[in-house]
Amino acid sequence: MSVDAETRAEPVQPSSDGALLSTDRVSKAFGGLVAVSGISIAVAPRSIVSIIGPNGAGKTTFFNMLTGLYQPTAGRISFDGKDVTGRRPDIITSLGVARTFQNIRLFSTMSALENVMVGEHSRMRAGLFGSILRTPGVRREEREVRERAADTLEYVGLNSSLFDTMSSTLSYGDQRRVEIARALASTPKLLLLDEPTAGMNPQESARLTEFMERLRGERDLTILLIEHDMKVVMGVSEHITVLDHGEKIAEGGPQEIRNNQRVIEAYLGKQGG
Amino acid sequence: MSALRQLRSRPWAKYVLPATAVVAAALFPFFRPPLDGLMDDCILALIFIAMALGLNLIVGFAGLLDLGYVAFYAFGATVVGWWASDHFTGVGGDKGVHVGVSSFVEQLPGIHLNFLLLIIGAMIVCAIAGAVIGLPTLRLRGDYIAIVTLAFGEIVGRFMQNGDEITIHGYKLSNGRESISPLDQIDLPFLKQFDSALNLRPFYWTMLAIVLVVLFVNLRLRDSRLGRAWIALREDEVAAASMGVPLVKTKLTAYATGGAVGGIAGAFYGAYLNSVNANQFVFGFSIFILAMVILGGLGSIWGVVIGAVALTFVNNRLIPDVLDQGAVNDFKNSLGLSFSFGEVAFGIFGFVLVLMMVLRPQGILPERRRQIELTENPGEESVFEARA
Repeated sequence: MSVDAETRAEPVQPSSDGALLSTDRVSKAFGGLVAVSGISIAVAPRSIVSIIGPNGAGKTTFFNMLTGLYQPTAGRISFDGKDVTGRRPDIITSLGVARTFQNIRLFSTMSALENVMVGEHSRMRAGLFGSILRTPGVRREEREVRERAADTLEYVGLNSSLFDTMSSTLSYGDQRRVEIARALASTPKLLLLDEPTAGMNPQESARLTEFMERLRGERDLTILLIEHDMKVVMGVSEHITVLDHGEKIAEGGPQEIRNNQRVIEAYLGKQGG
Repeated sequence: MSALRQLRSRPWAKYVLPATAVVAAALFPFFRPPLDGLMDDCILALIFIAMALGLNLIVGFAGLLDLGYVAFYAFGATVVGWWASDHFTGVGGDKGVHVGVSSFVEQLPGIHLNFLLLIIGAMIVCAIAGAVIGLPTLRLRGDYIAIVTLAFGEIVGRFMQNGDEITIHGYKLSNGRESISPLDQIDLPFLKQFDSALNLRPFYWTMLAIVLVVLFVNLRLRDSRLGRAWIALREDEVAAASMGVPLVKTKLTAYATGGAVGGIAGAFYGAYLNSVNANQFVFGFSIFILAMVILGGLGSIWGVVIGAVALTFVNNRLIPDVLDQGAVNDFKNSLGLSFSFGEVAFGIFGFVLVLMMVLRPQGILPERRRQIELTENPGEESVFEARA
């Protein structure tokens, strides 16, 4: 229940000062279609924040702007005190933002371990000539990255016998694990999860909810997630932002959102209309 | 299929087999006369191995379909044509410019550089050319990259074929279809100048050494940060970018590295043929190299080596010496057919590729990754990739 969430964590007030991530009236239009319109949010460090909304509300588009895949049409995004509006995805990743995707996007012909090693790309230094000559420094880095990747996979709970399995042959749940491990490999400050419980049964969802709490506690992560499973959303998030038709229609704690008339309308339609 | 994979995972297959092959290849010339048709074919095969391995970096690893690889042959050979012949007669006065060449070549006008310098020059020129080809393709994907690279290859080829009409300060860009010839014989530090009229062995060993270096580079890059980034890019560009792989830099590195390898091979090929033959700078050449990569197995280093050797021998042995002569030729004539298989060589390559795509789309010796994708996890994507 939401009461648990509120007693467990201190309430976080959204304000742009001291926020790890904040957006200022961010919009995105595809031609004439406005997918996201003037969204401002502030995510405090070490908080777990959800973005919810009906299908087509612009949640993933918003995520894609945060990670640099889309350039915002208007507005500004700042992360960790830096303006990152329109920066390249790899730069935003190297600054400390990592993500997973709604439909799992692993590198299908690479092993689980290799997938996670790619996640460390921005933290590695080996260049073209260093890699060809395999200098002692490159060799050491390669070994360390491999060990760290194995640790990360263990941390997300992948059976060590599966580390060298092609990721496309892993089970759905394991693929989700590898994807989270790959995101964690870049040692992010902010983790963006796009519908992490999609396709999971209630037990698995509950385990993931716990895992998110653990991530925050043990790795000092801030988590921003898009989620449809209200049980997960209400159970884990301190703050919720609701989008509909590209606009922010409500935000607040779980209890506020649960009782918000506009949110109920957006999900269920107007009453007595 | 699984037997092959098991075989390859054994240590003796990993080290002993390649080492034996290298020793055998190095000793091979001692069993042949210094001037030998078979050795000539082997030198060509080595040149094509290097080119195919270079293209494999771009197409096989990074997944950027390059249909204009001939451009790197053209640039590599032209570097030799410009800086190891009398093409620039008049530069440096009557005496010409000479760096590290034999006393005989020092008498000749024009620019003459040591072959080692030419190789380095070809690498630099082709790495830059690779990056230049790469630039317009950065925002493109899949088939569109193929179209741009195809056009680039054509542009380079056309310029070289009509280069006799283009002059810079009175010097022609190339000799057009007449080709720049003769070129200096290969001259390496601490070795006697080579002479292709007397002894092919030094050419063979030099090219073998180049191939070994290229192989080494391929193997090292495959299991490196850069190699993983290339494969990640090939698998899913969006995910790769989101994991911190810089797309532009990673793609340009693939083009530049692949181009530099092609440039080395092209420079050697030009020097070996003793001419910069612009008639060879055509689309068919790019396809010939690409066919080697696909036949052997996209992304598979040893597969590409096999593919290059196989197609070189089909082209230089099977077609002229077996199909166009002897029993096959007699049979063909007895049917009242009059044509030469050499004339339809590309038709034969095409037929081989069609057969390959039907029977074994993953190539002769497939890359471990692609093999699993094609055999254990058939899906829409894998079908598409086999085509690309």
